[in-house]
Amino acid sequence: MFEFSFLFGQFLGGLTAAMFLFLIASGLSLIFGVLRVLNFAHGSFYMIGAYLAWQFVHAIAPAPEGFWLAALAAALSIALLGGILERALLRHLYSREELYQLLFTYALVLILGDLAKIVWGTQQLSVSRPPSLAGSSEVFGVTIPHYNLFVMVLGPSIAIGFWYILQRTALGRIVRAAALDRETLGALGANVGWVYTGMFMMGSFLAGLGGALVTPIKSIVPGMDVEIIVEAFIVVVIGGLGSFWGTFLGALIYGQVLSFGILIFPRFSIFAVSVLMAAILIIRPWGLLGRPLK
Amino acid sequence: MRRIPWTLVVFAALLVVPFIGSRFYTFVATDIVIVSLFAMSLNLLLGYTGLVSFGHAAYFGIGAYTCALLMKSANVPFLPSLLAAGLMAGSFALLFGFFCVRLTRIYFAMLTLAFAQIVWAICFKWNDVTGGEQGLPNVPYPGMEWMGSAPVLGNFRVGDHFYLTALVIVALCFAGLRRIVDSPFGRVLTVLRDNPERAQFIGVNVRAYQLAAFVVAGFFAGISGGLFGIFNRGVFPDFAFWTKSAEPLIMTILGGMGSFWGPAVGAAAFIVLNQQITSYTEYWPLTMGTVLIVLLFVFPGGIAGTLTGIVARMRARPSPGATTVPVSERGMVKPNA
Repeated sequence: MFEFSFLFGQFLGGLTAAMFLFLIASGLSLIFGVLRVLNFAHGSFYMIGAYLAWQFVHAIAPAPEGFWLAALAAALSIALLGGILERALLRHLYSREELYQLLFTYALVLILGDLAKIVWGTQQLSVSRPPSLAGSSEVFGVTIPHYNLFVMVLGPSIAIGFWYILQRTALGRIVRAAALDRETLGALGANVGWVYTGMFMMGSFLAGLGGALVTPIKSIVPGMDVEIIVEAFIVVVIGGLGSFWGTFLGALIYGQVLSFGILIFPRFSIFAVSVLMAAILIIRPWGLLGRPLK
Repeated sequence: MRRIPWTLVVFAALLVVPFIGSRFYTFVATDIVIVSLFAMSLNLLLGYTGLVSFGHAAYFGIGAYTCALLMKSANVPFLPSLLAAGLMAGSFALLFGFFCVRLTRIYFAMLTLAFAQIVWAICFKWNDVTGGEQGLPNVPYPGMEWMGSAPVLGNFRVGDHFYLTALVIVALCFAGLRRIVDSPFGRVLTVLRDNPERAQFIGVNVRAYQLAAFVVAGFFAGISGGLFGIFNRGVFPDFAFWTKSAEPLIMTILGGMGSFWGPAVGAAAFIVLNQQITSYTEYWPLTMGTVLIVLLFVFPGGIAGTLTGIVARMRARPSPGATTVPVSERGMVKPNA
């Protein structure tokens, strides 16, 4: 059979992929949880975030740790973009049927994908790792780049941070109330419109951050938007649409199924995750940790 | 005023297309005819039954691969292959639909998407049968030699022959769809769309009817996919990718899901727009996305819905004080309007 260090390496690979997916999928789940909108453009935000990070790194190339600033700037720009789109357009579709919301976000996929091609062309772009994390360590005979370790720590930190905000602060109470009953919250004097905008911006920020942070590991290519969105859908469906810890669990499961699926059925690991998604929807449509919708 | 049989007029006009003698016009017309069947099949779910499927490409893809494999690898004649394509797509729609109709709204859409991704993954990775990423190129044209020796048709190219074959087949499918939506069965579907609870109260088996609609829609999508594989001279995994499922949705919104012919009008507009725009710029998705946003915000009834609205307003003008035609939020003309 396989050696331990090899299996451990597969496990770590799956874990890194899972933490990236968690960053992106948690934004998707957050938006769905409060706004009840399934945002196809989330993958496009991720892609544009990656391109912007590349752009900013090149704009501030001389600074040795410029990458961090570039990543933050890219994520904030995407949050701003999301906020503008929500305020100007999406807001007017909340009272309409899901189909209109889905098609609106799909229209954004088409538009943003093409805009990215116009601005950045179609060739692969890549960003080098920030110098402070350029090294690597050996754990149980597996070489792990420090950057990957950083991402593995960052994922859970963000999860705990969000959990804290949502469950333990006044702001979190308003957000949870908005998810449960929009009208009552409005009657109590909260500005629900801006709560929605804020949530959409926060979700978009996470997509942009995921895109920016993935650049040192994966090269930026057109088409990464429509690929990642399906993966993010699978993750949120496994965990439960709108459930925060569910998304975390979903990402962990997805990463490991993909990583070990390749060992068992080399060709069918993408098949396995789609089957997993369908099986969850059939048996528990609200996901492993989600709650049934009314 | 005598009613003009518009359906026959359009069919006759389409029969004349090969006489123009332009390879390009025949090509565009074939594309429109085949793809409009795809959009019309989806609208049985979307406009009539009120089910939002985001995985309709699965059945299009299954039909395309079935027909292509039978014709290319097993040398089965065209018509049996095409029928098999429809039946195969319909069977998968039965299998997948059985699970999908148990879910509502967003979960229904997600499960249809999940099944379509499974189909796509199989097409993409099962190299020995589906050709994997490379797909199956060089799907043969059906044997249409009898047309070559027929009196008028003999002068036409093989592309024209295929166009006429596809046109007749699609016209038959439309006749079938029309019968279905006008039947008591079709009426029950619109009841499910407007008020599923009430349908359940009066004893309608909601899931069984939804499943039946799903299977019929899958069958016709399979026929459309089978024809498209031949027209495209090859079948590729992209036929079942999730972005392909969005295309008939866009066409339906463009044409208007409130009327029977809306999706066909939308498909024609979509393909003509595509041809026009791609001759100016390579950024077709950008244009399409912008058109789609304008449609969603300004003309939710699509082309057909907007025209019906204008006609209804003009008819209503002679009697002052007449109220507007009752049109529901989706731009859906109410059954008794």
